[in-house]
Amino acid sequence: MAIPLEPQTLFEKLWRQHLIAALPGDIGLLAIDRIFLHERTGSIALKGLAEAGRSVRDPGRVFCTMDHIVDTTVGRNDNTRMPGGAAFITETRAATRAAGIRLFDVQDPDQGIVHVISPEFAIALPGATVVCPDSHTCTQGALGAYAWGIGSTEAEHALATGTLRVQKPKTMRVTFSGALGPGVSAKDMSLALIAKYGSVGANGFAVEFAGAVVRALDMEARLTLCNMATEFSAVTGFIAVDEITINYLRGRRYAPQGAAFDAAATCWRELTSDPGATFDLELELDATTLEPMVTWGTSPQHALAVSGSVPSLENSGTTAQSYQRALEYMGVSAGEAIQSLAIGAAFIGSCTNSRVSDLRRAAKVLRGRKVAPGVRAICVPGSMTVKRQAEAEGLDRVFCDAGFEWRESGCSMCFFSGGESFGKRERVISSTNRNFESRQGPETRTHIASPETVAASAIAGHIADVRMLGMLTPSGS
Amino acid sequence: MVPFTTLTAVAAPLLRDNIDTDIIIPSREMKSVSKIGLAAGLFAGWRYREIGGREPNPDFVLNQPAYAGAAILLGGGNFGCGSSREHAVWALAEFGIRAVLAPSFAPIFHGNCVRNGIVPVVLPVDAIGEIAAWLASDPQSHLLTVDLVRSQVNTTAGGSWTFALGDEQREMLLEGLDAIDLTWKWRTDIDAFLAADRVQRPWIYLAGAGG
Repeated sequence: MAIPLEPQTLFEKLWRQHLIAALPGDIGLLAIDRIFLHERTGSIALKGLAEAGRSVRDPGRVFCTMDHIVDTTVGRNDNTRMPGGAAFITETRAATRAAGIRLFDVQDPDQGIVHVISPEFAIALPGATVVCPDSHTCTQGALGAYAWGIGSTEAEHALATGTLRVQKPKTMRVTFSGALGPGVSAKDMSLALIAKYGSVGANGFAVEFAGAVVRALDMEARLTLCNMATEFSAVTGFIAVDEITINYLRGRRYAPQGAAFDAAATCWRELTSDPGATFDLELELDATTLEPMVTWGTSPQHALAVSGSVPSLENSGTTAQSYQRALEYMGVSAGEAIQSLAIGAAFIGSCTNSRVSDLRRAAKVLRGRKVAPGVRAICVPGSMTVKRQAEAEGLDRVFCDAGFEWRESGCSMCFFSGGESFGKRERVISSTNRNFESRQGPETRTHIASPETVAASAIAGHIADVRMLGMLTPSGS
Repeated sequence: MVPFTTLTAVAAPLLRDNIDTDIIIPSREMKSVSKIGLAAGLFAGWRYREIGGREPNPDFVLNQPAYAGAAILLGGGNFGCGSSREHAVWALAEFGIRAVLAPSFAPIFHGNCVRNGIVPVVLPVDAIGEIAAWLASDPQSHLLTVDLVRSQVNTTAGGSWTFALGDEQREMLLEGLDAIDLTWKWRTDIDAFLAADRVQRPWIYLAGAGG
């Protein structure tokens, strides 16, 4: 009689499938299936490797893109708004060429943000270990991959050996029950989670997102949810494979094709947590009561429902010192309705919310409407593929007619790197991932929210509830 | 990597929570594809009066004579969150910081510290508050010791706290080991794993660059 196997979590399956050697102290020597680099932190990893006289073990499984520094204005070239940025671009180009690595270069029609193009071309696959010297690599866990951000020295290790030495994390499952209401999306789920459990709530954990709400999310929404796992201090976030995963991947460039795809899909369908598997920690959130969320402070945990007001210290979930500093920096006060805050700028983009479904939802709000006077509004598609698709659907016209700038793809103004930024103390509503002090420019005040909330706020001229004013239906319909 | 055994030094407090890597080294200060030349950009947004400038802001703790020569930092929770940029750790190391004490660290930053000879010490927030209060009265003579051999933090006033660090991380710091060299000892196992895996998961193994 066969011995019944102990039920395993998905994380345990991913771990065991890549374990070359179990080292003392709960360290695993893990096989790394995909390495992605970008010009900001990947360039230095390749340089460090070359200087140490080491080479890339399997260049065919290494990819690189230009996303962090590259200019996003139409007609761009190697020059950047950031002083000295061109050197990162030219050095990355030379280093990837020397190493034989596929580069999504500045003028490549497939260029885009790493965490947008990796799923788009099925470079990340279910069950694959995916690393990148970028904190939002956890995004790619949405495909049932084990994906996490590393430093440049670790990237050198992965490039040279095809492995990493990894401290085994604890396991957490976050179950979203119920169903999402209108105007509420994956970004709101993640902000609500982090607001409730804090920005260190998942420190030391690998987090599986589960439950009826997650099962109902399309792949792009799942990517958004997993993207924010790093803001929860998780090592990684991921979602079990289902037919949504399989259907998303079928036919994409680096996925197996034909019969090979079907064979792979059979294996991928095993990538779920077994019934009865136990986690070190389980959290549950009822999504039915969720509202669109927006941040009021300087950490993603400083988030509240858009109908709410800036919390008092007691309700802020933060220390007195951090609370005071956040209020001061953001120019808000306790009890102030978040919707009363006038904005100077609106930004839609980043690895969190720049995919075509994000742009469609924002465009639905913008169609037939105009950005409020004095508000600078910018949309930066996450990849050139997203951009072309949006243009084929006429979304670019909707954005431009409303008064948005329509850019080439890249990380753009998700962060300030010395070039382009929003104004000092300017209030920005942004579909990005971090509202840290000066993240989008010196002293810029960032409120993060979903793309639909950003669009609604751009129209209103202040932080707005997308569910009001009939904004969930196009104007005039 | 320079081995770390024990260090007795001036310690400086930066007790805010969520000190992110862009605060530690702003992106605009990462001016070339290099691991060196970053110390001048350390905490640039706080350390200097103007963006991009170099005139010291006297209010910033590392500019104060009382904390001159600090080689240990006391931080708040979620220290090193945000961008994965290892430049934050390279800048700290180049500036002369060899240990950071905080209630919690962002995971990528923690790993980057270990790989660059900086000891990330996790202590309860109360302990860090107590140490900071003790330092404040005379930072230049109230020196702090980080003893990695015994996994202890000690004050010259007799205060002592034990901290935990993964065995391998501790060993790498103590010995100044290069992780790639350690891993290559497993080369036979790696090769055997890949040969078997290629059969089990052929879709992982792509033909080569291009396309």
